[in-house]
Amino acid sequence: MTSYFIQAFIYLCAAVIAVPIAKRLGLGSVLGYLIAGVIIGPITGIVGSETATIQHFAEFGVVMMLFLVGLELEPRMLWGMRHRLIGLGGLQVGITTLLVFGANVGFGLDWRIALTIGLIFSLSSTAIVLQTFNEKGLTKRDGGRAAFSVLLFQDIAVIPMLALIPLLALPDLVTSIETVATSAEHHEEINLVAHLPNWAYGLVIVLAITAVIIGGRYLCHPLFRIVAKTGLREIFTATTLMLVIGIAALMSLVGLSPALGTFLAGVVLANSEFRHELESDLEPFKGLLLGLFFITVGAGIDFSIIWKNLSLVLSLTLGLMVAKSVVLFALGSLFKLKGADRWLFTLSLAQAGEFGFVLLSFTIQHHALPMDLAQLLSPVVAFSMFLTPALFILFDQVIVRRYEKQKIDREADAIDEEGPVIIAGIGRFGQIVNRLLVANGVKTVVLDHSVSMVDTLKKINIKSFYGDATRPDLIHTAGIEQAKLLVVAIDDRHRTNDLVKYVKQTHPGVKILARAYDRAHAYELQNAKADSIIVETYYSALEAGAEALRQLQFHPFKVEQLKRVFVATEKERHDTLFNTWREAEGENRFGSNYVQLFLELEKALAEAMKKDRDAGHSRSERGWTPPPKQYQGELD
Amino acid sequence: MAAMLKKQKILLLFAHPAQERSEVNIHLYNAAKKVEHVTTVDLYHEYPAHHIDVDKEQQRLREHDVIIFQFPLYWYSTPAILKDWQDLVLEYQFAYGKGGTALKGKIFLCALTAGGSESAYCSGGYNHYTLRELLRPLEQTANFCHMRFIAPFALFGARTAVEEDLLTQHIEDWKKLLNALSEQRLDLEQAAQLTRVNENLDALIQETV
Repeated sequence: MTSYFIQAFIYLCAAVIAVPIAKRLGLGSVLGYLIAGVIIGPITGIVGSETATIQHFAEFGVVMMLFLVGLELEPRMLWGMRHRLIGLGGLQVGITTLLVFGANVGFGLDWRIALTIGLIFSLSSTAIVLQTFNEKGLTKRDGGRAAFSVLLFQDIAVIPMLALIPLLALPDLVTSIETVATSAEHHEEINLVAHLPNWAYGLVIVLAITAVIIGGRYLCHPLFRIVAKTGLREIFTATTLMLVIGIAALMSLVGLSPALGTFLAGVVLANSEFRHELESDLEPFKGLLLGLFFITVGAGIDFSIIWKNLSLVLSLTLGLMVAKSVVLFALGSLFKLKGADRWLFTLSLAQAGEFGFVLLSFTIQHHALPMDLAQLLSPVVAFSMFLTPALFILFDQVIVRRYEKQKIDREADAIDEEGPVIIAGIGRFGQIVNRLLVANGVKTVVLDHSVSMVDTLKKINIKSFYGDATRPDLIHTAGIEQAKLLVVAIDDRHRTNDLVKYVKQTHPGVKILARAYDRAHAYELQNAKADSIIVETYYSALEAGAEALRQLQFHPFKVEQLKRVFVATEKERHDTLFNTWREAEGENRFGSNYVQLFLELEKALAEAMKKDRDAGHSRSERGWTPPPKQYQGELD
Repeated sequence: MAAMLKKQKILLLFAHPAQERSEVNIHLYNAAKKVEHVTTVDLYHEYPAHHIDVDKEQQRLREHDVIIFQFPLYWYSTPAILKDWQDLVLEYQFAYGKGGTALKGKIFLCALTAGGSESAYCSGGYNHYTLRELLRPLEQTANFCHMRFIAPFALFGARTAVEEDLLTQHIEDWKKLLNALSEQRLDLEQAAQLTRVNENLDALIQETV
């Protein structure tokens, strides 16, 4: 036990130190983990051979990542970007693979090895690129969006690659290793299908995949509902983990890739109202396991091989990046990316990516690459990732400047690309807000913590997600980073306040519209810096008052004016009342001072409605007032 | 000498109820925002429910020397909010009547777009009257409030102005006019006589020394 603690401590410690430093230097977290691994592995030698065992365990992070990738693949979104996804992404992966394949065959490598390397190098680093895009605000640029579709295609392309690579195994490598391994490791793998005839094997695979799809579609929903109704968060997390691990186990049992199975399950659940909750539950596990995976990759780098072949590794890195850039630039031109955007597209995707490491370790397992070659390729992937921040700096400093000069100063578009509006709470209040927005083509993400509410809304075609919006991680997966506006319409006033405070602190750029229970709550929300505050009963009560006046035979147009004066007078006094409330302490906030001021407000209201102004007219009658009867005499 | 004169402050009151469909006015309005000494007010933006703040509007009028109504011509008149604005803001004892001299000596003009061609706006055309004649209620309002009315800055055939490539020149003229007004380089005597001020704008503007 003690040794496990010590090991876990070493890994966590390395990550905690290296990752923040790497992020500060603009290198991104993936490189931070790699550096941490290099430091505790080859450089200081604190950890040793056990990394290989840990790596197998950490690979489960990849399985989770693919589940999350699947979860993100909403069919509608995919359809919207189909041209770029398939055209741009497909061509990028295809051409790059072919180019690398051709070069390798030219170097005299076996065609299977050449193809495997081509597949590995065709991928770019989703983690580094998307993170940098977010940090630098490049997601909305055309080049950024094109890069995103390519990255998405690559993430999906990993699935068939995982299926393809075992077929590319080198026969002599397999036999030489298996003769060594069979006696030692035979008992470790449980496999239900090893001794089945081919037709039965095929049948089992079809059955397993069908089970995942049907289970995901029809069993998960009631299961999650029952679990969500218990209100126990950890049980929901446990259910999520159970699902992912269960599918991984099933896939391994029938000899399929666990990543493929969980990816499928993710796609099946992408339309579910539990999506955001699932994402935020798995995110920390995935992050840590992937981090661990990259640390083990770093720890496993053999520096003696790199030193011996330093010039080869460096020239391979440069050659790879140049080749990828050329392909990207050509595709950028073909797909009509212009100016700085074409360069952004080219430079941002010129590296190999973290999936490269995943595939490398996968190829070794499946004997598709000899160990020493993989040891040589791993640093190439790492180096190209190290160079990526430099390319972004090149883009910022040189390319943007060059093109910004040429840009003519055109009028800003009246409505630019809208981020989504997040609506927290879809009760009586949130529903109306949502309907008005959606009817006008505004994209909303709706969250509610009541499963029955989410179900009810489904019946009237309002799409909402289950989850407690006051949890930071959930508001994060709902997309608060890109959101323009957050509408807080949840019942609990303390949670409303907490949510407003949290979002204002972490994302000051997001405007917040908050629903207040009453006047005091409105003050609390103003204190929490909400941008707009609507007291839930104010306008309906005002309208009821107006209706009462109309029933009393006041002229409807006059009633509109009176209503307006009422609102305007309240508004005039608002700040004074708020400040009095704020300066008072604790329970006594509506003490004598406040009551005094409120009485003054009531007086002012009555005056505004009745009292004559200098010209002899009440304020409410000020509009459309004729001059006094004798006025003609005053004119010359 | 002209350069020594005090800069005149211009208040541009813009009234367009369907700005998302505007092809000319919105560009004029945006161009005016960038001209010095011009205060721009989008009335439909500020008062979406027509609840005009009379005190605020009167204060704005006091602080400016040139008042411009900018609008597309609706039934030979302004869009509704500008009529509301007149009815509410131009109060007795503010704009007219006993002690009502707040607007005295200020320059008033309309910047407007009309769908019909210039030839339609004459006794022989289908609109029967010239634009200047149709704007008489506004001219008399200005007179009644002791302001100096000058001929409108008008664009005819506005529905096809973009297609006929008239917009760029019109915006240039507009900026020229606003600058000339703020620098007091516009010949007001002549400008009061014309049918529209942009008939021959350059002739009305003195060059700076």
